Amino acid sequence: MKHILEVIEIEKYYGNRSNLTKAIDNISFDVDEGEFLGIMGASGSGKTTLLNCISTIDRVTAGHIYLKDTDITRLKGNALNRFRREELGFIFQEFNLLDTLTAYENIALALTIQKVKPEEIEKRIRFSAKNLGIEEVLSKYPYQLSGGQKQRIAAARAIVTNPGLILADEPTGALDSRSARQLLESLETMNRSMGATIIMVTHDAFTASYANRILFLKDGKIFSEIMKGDLSRREFFNKIIEVVSLLGGELNDVI
Amino acid sequence: MLFKISAKNFHKSFRDYLIYFLTLIVGVSIFYMFNSLDSQQAMLVVSSSTRSIIKLMIRLIDLVSVFVAIILGFLIVYAGNFLIRRRKKEFGLYMAMGMSKRQISQILLGETFLIGLISLGVGLVVGIFGSQLMSILVARLFQADMSRYKFVFSKAACLKTCLYFGIMYLAVMLLNVFMISKYKLVDLLSASKKNEKVRMKNPVVCVIVFVISVITLGIAYYLVTDGIRKLTSEASIAIPIVMGIIATFLIFWSVSGIALRFFQQKKSIYLKDSNIFVLRQIHNRINTTVTSMTIISLLLFMTISVLSTALSLNRLITQDIEKMTPVDLNLWKRANISPEGEAIEAQIQDSKVPVSTTLRENGLDMSVLTDITEFYTYQVAGWNWEKSLDCIIDETKELYPALQYQSPEELVKISDYNRLAKLYGIDTYELSDNEYIVLCNFDSMAALRNQALAIDSDVEIDGKTYHSRYDTCKDGYMEISTGSTNTGLILVPDDFPLTEDMRYRCFLAANYSGQSKEEKRDIEQLFIEGGEGDRIFYDNVFKNGIEMDGMTKISVIESSLGISTIISFVAIYLGVIFLIACSAILALKELSENSDNRDRYLILRKLGMDEKMINRTLFRQIGIFFIVPLILAIIHSVFGIRFALILAAVQVNTREMLPSVIATAAFLVLVYGGYFLATYVGSKNIIRDSLTR
Repeated sequence: MKHILEVIEIEKYYGNRSNLTKAIDNISFDVDEGEFLGIMGASGSGKTTLLNCISTIDRVTAGHIYLKDTDITRLKGNALNRFRREELGFIFQEFNLLDTLTAYENIALALTIQKVKPEEIEKRIRFSAKNLGIEEVLSKYPYQLSGGQKQRIAAARAIVTNPGLILADEPTGALDSRSARQLLESLETMNRSMGATIIMVTHDAFTASYANRILFLKDGKIFSEIMKGDLSRREFFNKIIEVVSLLGGELNDVI
Repeated sequence: MLFKISAKNFHKSFRDYLIYFLTLIVGVSIFYMFNSLDSQQAMLVVSSSTRSIIKLMIRLIDLVSVFVAIILGFLIVYAGNFLIRRRKKEFGLYMAMGMSKRQISQILLGETFLIGLISLGVGLVVGIFGSQLMSILVARLFQADMSRYKFVFSKAACLKTCLYFGIMYLAVMLLNVFMISKYKLVDLLSASKKNEKVRMKNPVVCVIVFVISVITLGIAYYLVTDGIRKLTSEASIAIPIVMGIIATFLIFWSVSGIALRFFQQKKSIYLKDSNIFVLRQIHNRINTTVTSMTIISLLLFMTISVLSTALSLNRLITQDIEKMTPVDLNLWKRANISPEGEAIEAQIQDSKVPVSTTLRENGLDMSVLTDITEFYTYQVAGWNWEKSLDCIIDETKELYPALQYQSPEELVKISDYNRLAKLYGIDTYELSDNEYIVLCNFDSMAALRNQALAIDSDVEIDGKTYHSRYDTCKDGYMEISTGSTNTGLILVPDDFPLTEDMRYRCFLAANYSGQSKEEKRDIEQLFIEGGEGDRIFYDNVFKNGIEMDGMTKISVIESSLGISTIISFVAIYLGVIFLIACSAILALKELSENSDNRDRYLILRKLGMDEKMINRTLFRQIGIFFIVPLILAIIHSVFGIRFALILAAVQVNTREMLPSVIATAAFLVLVYGGYFLATYVGSKNIIRDSLTR
């Protein structure tokens, strides 16, 4: 299968010469088209920094990131904004929906700023809303929605533009367990039936168990990598727990 | 310690509220400039008649200043109140750290004190220098000699400014303390987290309210223009004003809902660029800002109306002046004063001789006058206004119950008038023996006369019927004046049966024999009250009890110049204050609103909007907020100006209005546009800072 994302020997340093923090220390990996990759790690392990670098919000200190053969570490200014607009979809922990707009309009906005035609917008929103089970709430405002519904709206907004890659940063972080499960099923649908490639950062093993493959980060390095393969979700979950206990420390407490 | 916090807060927010500070400074300086008029140097060098005009102007400005203080006070209280509400979280933090409400109040007092002190101090300095410039302007307007320049500082105006603004700031302080005392800690801390509920109005209700308010506005417009006669008392003028205010409010209340619906149907607009966001943003905001939008719109309306009306009046007054004063002097007195009245013998005797005889007999050196043209005017028993307007008298009396219908028509022989007209350089006329001509240039009276002349102009005198040569009034006048004020003068053939006992007035027109301006001014002194130099003639006339009236070119010009100056000064004073007050409110609102919008713009950025798109979105959003109240204000003004001109009893056609409207528009674009740009740039910076952080 074709690599959609190639991360090659990237490094990210913070601070100055006397007090240098290596947030990312020489990481390389690939993501295939249609993959659902999880990135796990304790807080401070560099997972959010990694996501920020991929999403072009942050710049790497060294190394290259290729998305669909474009070196995004070299993009600047408007080209960068356009790339972000067209090739990336975001799902944030805090939803980041505009409170003045209805759910429908929140999704539509992602398309209108790409200058998609009005008829097309309507069609695409209906399609993704149906897949994510949010058709009934489209006319509501964010304050009228539950956390789970909001996050699914955000997911719909991320996928409706048909991006090459969807980046989800702790998408279940602000959700109760039932809503979290619903959202994860939605992400699964996006991945399986809508063909979305997803990278999801989480510290929650249950959330991570929905991915096909998981990278574990520790101190800015890849500590381990596991594949779901033919395992059931429960078996994959147990496997994740094993790695987490190997990693030790705080991740255990979370479960 | 607390004051240190105040000072720091002031320093920190200085950039954000720069517009507000500048507005305060301009407000203070303008207040000082206009209130220091009486002690400005120009006052010391202008002529005495001009001085009395300026005194009138100062009294007016005194009065207007109270009104201006109210407007500025409103701005300051509004802004103060508004800035406090935005800082709830900060105050919550202070309280959570254990500060008492009293201490927080002290911090606020310190801040207000600083703002007040600085704006007052800087404003006064600007005002003191500005008033020097204004002095030069006043001097030029009144053609006074300002060659010996002197720096003038008005202590009275300074004290007045301090007093007025002191009171305003004190009011804000008290209000702040009161507001702080009401706050609860929990509300303060959760102030920013509160879910913003979007209140969607029922579109049907919106449409109904909108239609009702448009109709109300229409009625109000009608009442102040074409339907003005329906307003019988002075108090009833309040009716259309109140209607207008309520309708303005309701239009703002309903319009965003309708507009949103409308654009939602137009998918090609709604689903384009960031229009969804812009429209929603406006819809959301206009709901919570209906009151301030109304106030802004009304203030703009007043600015536009006051300025363009005043400038038009100004033009009207000054443009005719040369045309209306072709000679230096007019003198007239009653002819044939009846012995049965209270008049003394000398007066009765004098009323039998022409003006020039009176002048000579009372010791005037006749060589000061040239081009003397003299004649009598006549009146015919029974020929009065009522008679002239005979065929439309019923309607007219209903419309203008206060008109003096018994005023006799004043008749002049055609040859006498033509002599005068030649001297004046205006049209002369010809008449056949059974004709007459009505001269009238006072618009509203001319309109009535034209109506009557068109229907039936026949008048029977001594068994002979005369009719008007033309079916309209003709332009012409006898007395020089500040404008077109001739309400009626009837030219009759020389063989018209006029006898000596029908004489009405003795009239004389002449020029001063002096060549230069100074010589003319010296001659002028002989005829005016309180003049300098030779008083023999004036004293004699007074001693003999002779009543003589007159008008001089110099006094007409001075007084009309004075009137036009008063009008423009007061209008500019009011206009500037109105405009900066409402622009500042709008700018302040937009700026703070956009710093609240930072998160929303951050989301837009995360969705992939680039700098250009975000700026465009911001520009549209702010632009619409500045444009909407302006549009309504302009529509109001169209009728407001017409109303003001009706009140001032002048008829101006659209072409004559144009220059003053353009001047007003230019001023508006400059100031209002300036505030808009400043707001846009300020908001852009606020949002860019938050995006790059």
